[in-house]
Amino acid sequence: MFRLRLVPDDTKIPFMRGRHAGLIVSALLSIASVVLFFYPGLNYGIDFRGGIVIEARTPAPADFGQLRHTLNALNMGQVALQEFGSPQDVLIRLERQPGDDAAQQVAADKVRATLAKEIPGTTVRRVEAVGASVSSELFFNGMLALGLAAVAMLIYIWFRFEWQFGVGAVVTMLLDVTKIVGFYAVTGMQFNLTAIAAILTIMGYSINDKVVVYDRMRENLRIYKKMPLRELIDRSINETLNRTLGTSMCTLLSIIPLALFGGEALQDFGLVLIFGIFLATSSSIFIAAPILLFLGENRLRRGAPVEAAPAATP
Amino acid sequence: MLYFPRWKIYLIIAICVLGTILTLPNFFSRETLSSLPAWYGNSRIHLGLDLRGGSHLLLEVDMGAVIRDRVDGLVDSARTALRTANVGYTAINPGERGITVQLRDPAQAEDAAKALRGLANRVGGGALGGGQPDLDVTVNGTTIAATLSEAALRDRATQAVEQSIEIVRRRIDETGVNEPTIARQGTDRILVQLPGVEDPDRVKRLLGTTAKMTFRLVDMNADPTTGRAPPGSEVLPSVEGGRNQTAYVVRKKVEVDGANLKNATAGTNPQTGEWVVNFEFDGVGARRFADITKTNVGRPFAIVLDNKVISAPVIREPITGGRGQISGSFNAASANDLAVLLRAGALPAPLKVIEERTVGPDLGADSIRAGLISVVVGFVAVCVYMIAAYGLFGSFACFALLINIVLTVAALSMLQATLTLPGIAGILLSLGLSVDANILINERIREETRKGRGVFGSLEAGFTRAYSTIIDSNLTTVIKMALLFIFGTGAIKGFSVTITFGILISLFTATVLVRLMMVSWLRQSRPAALPV
Repeated sequence: MFRLRLVPDDTKIPFMRGRHAGLIVSALLSIASVVLFFYPGLNYGIDFRGGIVIEARTPAPADFGQLRHTLNALNMGQVALQEFGSPQDVLIRLERQPGDDAAQQVAADKVRATLAKEIPGTTVRRVEAVGASVSSELFFNGMLALGLAAVAMLIYIWFRFEWQFGVGAVVTMLLDVTKIVGFYAVTGMQFNLTAIAAILTIMGYSINDKVVVYDRMRENLRIYKKMPLRELIDRSINETLNRTLGTSMCTLLSIIPLALFGGEALQDFGLVLIFGIFLATSSSIFIAAPILLFLGENRLRRGAPVEAAPAATP
Repeated sequence: MLYFPRWKIYLIIAICVLGTILTLPNFFSRETLSSLPAWYGNSRIHLGLDLRGGSHLLLEVDMGAVIRDRVDGLVDSARTALRTANVGYTAINPGERGITVQLRDPAQAEDAAKALRGLANRVGGGALGGGQPDLDVTVNGTTIAATLSEAALRDRATQAVEQSIEIVRRRIDETGVNEPTIARQGTDRILVQLPGVEDPDRVKRLLGTTAKMTFRLVDMNADPTTGRAPPGSEVLPSVEGGRNQTAYVVRKKVEVDGANLKNATAGTNPQTGEWVVNFEFDGVGARRFADITKTNVGRPFAIVLDNKVISAPVIREPITGGRGQISGSFNAASANDLAVLLRAGALPAPLKVIEERTVGPDLGADSIRAGLISVVVGFVAVCVYMIAAYGLFGSFACFALLINIVLTVAALSMLQATLTLPGIAGILLSLGLSVDANILINERIREETRKGRGVFGSLEAGFTRAYSTIIDSNLTTVIKMALLFIFGTGAIKGFSVTITFGILISLFTATVLVRLMMVSWLRQSRPAALPV
């Protein structure tokens, strides 16, 4: 009977041997991401920076030179033009206009009118105009959601597992999140509300993955009372390897269509999630487990030779 | 774990069938729907503006103007009150949150304070009275300050926003937009969603006008070209394109207020053919209008809209019917807009549009198509993998996944939730996440089988052991999505809704339903080994 296995059963890969390498590489990547976050920084979308985005479809393939000339004549600061999908589809991005929130609306209407006049037959398919007070609120709320999510996760894992697991999961999550931010910085993708949703989703996925591996460790801690922690962690990872990779595979399969057909709005979202799935899968093995090994060396083992602290009983 | 009482089996099947039935109206045509009973025909998913096309506007009420308005009113009533109380004063000055009065004679301070206290309204009390006076009056020598209290300002703000919502609703209803959503957001904001509106220009213009109309007398003793007005009058510009003068000196006293209008319609003047707005006063307005026109024949009176003079015709004869006509430099559109504004009433304070998101209907249709293609491709890809990896049990999981999508759609339809583009992404993602439960179970069953357990033993152990893991891992995602729902805005909320539904429903489909399928299959074919 043929069965597709992503890895053979009964693997005995000594993952914990690579624990230092894994942690160091991860830490370096995260530090690099933090640096990139400050310099050159993220490409904030209009949700967070304010400004105007207009998606237009021209009757004939768009003449970018003419468009740029027409729009620059309006004197509205930097105008970014981008083709996407077909040569007739143009994405116009304008910086936040000086003045209050209402100034964005006036500017958006002006661009709309100019397009209708200068390139007859152009249809405006989408307009978004966000003022400064709204964008700073959206940014604050987004960051608040991320922060609260991290705290909620810590509390949840803390309740369900011993504290070492909670710390391990949250540290891993922080390392993951910084790398996603780094991904945005490197690719120059728009960092907007969708990005917050993507980060939260990856955080959820990452924790989900950790929970499964941790669950197996906890179970094995009960079964193999004398096994050294390092061996036990390796064993647990190997036992859940097919599941870890299988779920990653299925999630990947469900996300890839999004990156392929999702259109302007969801394409980036799909790409980030694909990156995130790789990230979360590898961090379950190379980051979350080693942290647990360091933190739990003498504490999680009942009946271990060195009884340093009163053991936490699962 | 492996025994299903008969009622439970029926219940599970009933849920699946009911879910399918509730999903169906989404695929019926409009004609079919109208022939169905309302409770069933209405069980459809509402498409978000990003999918059906439309305009989303966020408006902000200018609270500064609301307070300024109240302070200005306070100055006027203080003047009257002090005069009635025979208190001499040198000045009444408006401040940021109240007024200060300079008295001539410090001995009259108490009288003045009493008169000012009498101006206070009570706020926060119930129907039986009570509550706090909204003015704090303090005496300091010859200076008396009357300050609006914090509670009064809050009360005022709430009132202003609620009134604004009512007016906004009336104005939008006049434009004929179908199913608009108008809701309060936060303390001073109003969210307006207009499905099907491609160019919200007209709506923005309508909402951006306060439309406070007053009828006042023109001050004949002053020359508007000097730009100065005697006390009790003010210089007002005339509307752009006005025909005669660029400015008028107009009495501050409002003779008749726009609030006394009963009706307004656009029309053309039969003699000149130009566009005009015909209006009609209510009883009070008509009486006042008649009085003024009677006593002021031969003098001009000004029709003032938002502090601009639309026109200043000379009163030829007393107008007693309560009907009148405004002519200015109107065209069909502007006459209609003004009629709409007058019918709907004035906003208590100016509104600003601070956020706009508009999606054209064809982009929406493109997005729906892209979303459907993605879901179908994603579903097929996941199924192919599951069947390749787990054979028959994999196909059970696929069927459960299909039911999961159906039930998610059913839940969204029943709650009349809004499906957005990120919502479709959520459905896709929940495909991957909910199949995780089946992978966990199948891997576990495999493991138990390899340890040498029997058919039933492995199945039982597989489900029991995997269950706590499934709950743990799914709950963490649900927590995240709840946070996203609370702090997210607009379309992003839709993402958290569909994922949460998808995951919660997967707890039923991926475990209970799949278990039922496995057990039934086991009882019928009695295999010697499990096909994992």
